Amino acid sequence: MAKVVVLGAGISGHTAVSYLSKYLKKDHEVVMVSPNSNYQWVPSNIWVGVGLMTPDQVKFKLAPVYKKMGVNYKQALAVSIHPEGDTEQKQGFVTIKYVSEDKKDTIEKVSYDYLINATGPKLNFEGTEGLGPKYFTESVCTYDHASHAWTKLKSALEKMENGEKQTFLIGTGHPLATCQGAAFEYVLNIAFEIKKRKLLHLAEMIWITNEYELGDFGMGGAYIKRNGYVTPTKIFAESILKEYGIRWIKRAGVQKIEKGVAYFENLEGEHKTVNFDFAMLIPGFAGAGMKAFNKNNEDISAEVFAANGMMKVDADYTPKPYEEWKAEDWPLTYQSVKYDNVYAAGIAFAPPHGMSKPMQSPNGTKIFPTPPRTGMPSGVIGKIVAQNIIHTIKTGKIEHKHKASMASMGAACIVSAGYGISKGQAAVMTVNPIVPDWEKYPKWGRNINDTVGVVGTAGHWMKLFMHYMFIYKAKAKPFWWLIPE
Amino acid sequence: MKNSIKKTTPYSDMSFATEPTRMVRFMRSFFIFQIYNFFKLNLKVMRIVVGGHS
Ligand SMILES: Cc1cc2nc3c(=O)[nH]c(=O)nc-3n(C[C@H](O)[C@H](O)[C@H](O)COP(=O)(O)OP(=O)(O)OC[C@H]3O[C@@H](n4cnc5c(N)ncnc54)[C@H](O)[C@@H]3O)c2cc1C
Repeated sequence: MAKVVVLGAGISGHTAVSYLSKYLKKDHEVVMVSPNSNYQWVPSNIWVGVGLMTPDQVKFKLAPVYKKMGVNYKQALAVSIHPEGDTEQKQGFVTIKYVSEDKKDTIEKVSYDYLINATGPKLNFEGTEGLGPKYFTESVCTYDHASHAWTKLKSALEKMENGEKQTFLIGTGHPLATCQGAAFEYVLNIAFEIKKRKLLHLAEMIWITNEYELGDFGMGGAYIKRNGYVTPTKIFAESILKEYGIRWIKRAGVQKIEKGVAYFENLEGEHKTVNFDFAMLIPGFAGAGMKAFNKNNEDISAEVFAANGMMKVDADYTPKPYEEWKAEDWPLTYQSVKYDNVYAAGIAFAPPHGMSKPMQSPNGTKIFPTPPRTGMPSGVIGKIVAQNIIHTIKTGKIEHKHKASMASMGAACIVSAGYGISKGQAAVMTVNPIVPDWEKYPKWGRNINDTVGVVGTAGHWMKLFMHYMFIYKAKAKPFWWLIPE
Repeated sequence: MKNSIKKTTPYSDMSFATEPTRMVRFMRSFFIFQIYNFFKLNLKVMRIVVGGHS
């Protein structure tokens, strides 16, 4: 009997555990370690942040679902991994700390034959002074944060209803932050809601971003076929912001927040400020902060994890300049560099480098987006990692029949731009591959025939449809496996 | 969505951005066209996602 332990019940880990339990449950043990008792469909947090959905609509309890799947669920935080065991036991294990009421703070060693680290990002608010819901800005990265953001946004809207002007600052809250897409959705939804209430004349809306040009989205921008032209996403992004009445500050690395004021440095090296009444700024991302130890209890974290805390996998981490970045640098199987039975899926794996060109100001401040890993690739990676482990358990051979490089897989990004069955809007963008491959596609970096950039109500229906479809899938309801990641 | 920008400030960033015409905005919520787009886009997304891994 084999034992597979998955850390993190997010999009990637939950996908992995669903497949593992489907194919292994009778003869093997599948364990999930995750601190939050709920699963959340993160993309819909945008709607929680503008009061159009409640947190209950984007989350559900994990325990009953895992009971149905036959997964051994431990509501705990993984603290450290010990792939070689220790002086007491030979088998690899994870040290976990319970957060559930009944076992709070209890420490346990959970042994494994195979380990999947899918702990996603640590929202590194500490990386920017004054950033985050505990201080002066909001976030939509979790349903709690989004709900808090809505309380603050509601009060700003009320002030406007009483004739008071309000400034909204939305974007990236760290010079190296990623996930521009989520912030972009949020600013468009705020603009839509303000317009709906006929309060635009009292609103100043500002998009602040570390992108060199708008529409970079951390993937080095893209070209899309649109209205008889091949257009850079810069045109697409600027056009939609202009249409929604949002002005922008680009090439900006936010460094500090005080009440109502954001301090930033731009690529010219100038230090500037921008005032706000309401701000939602995405923090920098880091790894979950686990440590790794060898059998002698020596800290080997630097060998297992990259400097940002994300796990090193089968990628080429040799430092090289932007001009030498290649599609082959990106991982295929997500197997740890050091241990064959350890994998990292979703945001938890360390990318070999960015997709956006690194830039720095004359003062040496690096200002550019780090690479995003959106829901779709996170789900796909979780699935193929599970499939390879299932194959190994069933055949005894480590063959990695399933592969999914971000430099060969496509992705769709549906950027919500307003809610409502008849009036809702969203921009649908597809790129293939996600990581530009300038050798294979020298002209556009990607397969131009697979690109789309369309705004319309259909996009809103798609986003809504995905909300219900993916929650259905995550609840492991009948035939869930027929729904693609 | 058409909103408050009624005045263009020359040489501002915004002044260099494109803007959709009324026709484009109408088509964005024109039901029949959007139904067609819904199926077309879903198919495209499905093909890209399923084809991207082995
Ligand atoms: C507001 C917002 C909107 C978005 N919209 C879209 C969209 O429209 N389309 C799209 O494709 N992507 C979207 N994304 C990105 C998408 O949500 C992420 O790519 C995806 O959630 C990443 O999946 P993951 O499993 O790697 O990480 P997560 O989903 O973050 O899951 C990580 C899990 O690990 C758990 N964990 C953390 N630390 C530990 C630990 N020490 N031990 C055990 N467990 C731990 C966490 O509690 C969590 O359950 C959006 C993101 C945000 C924030």
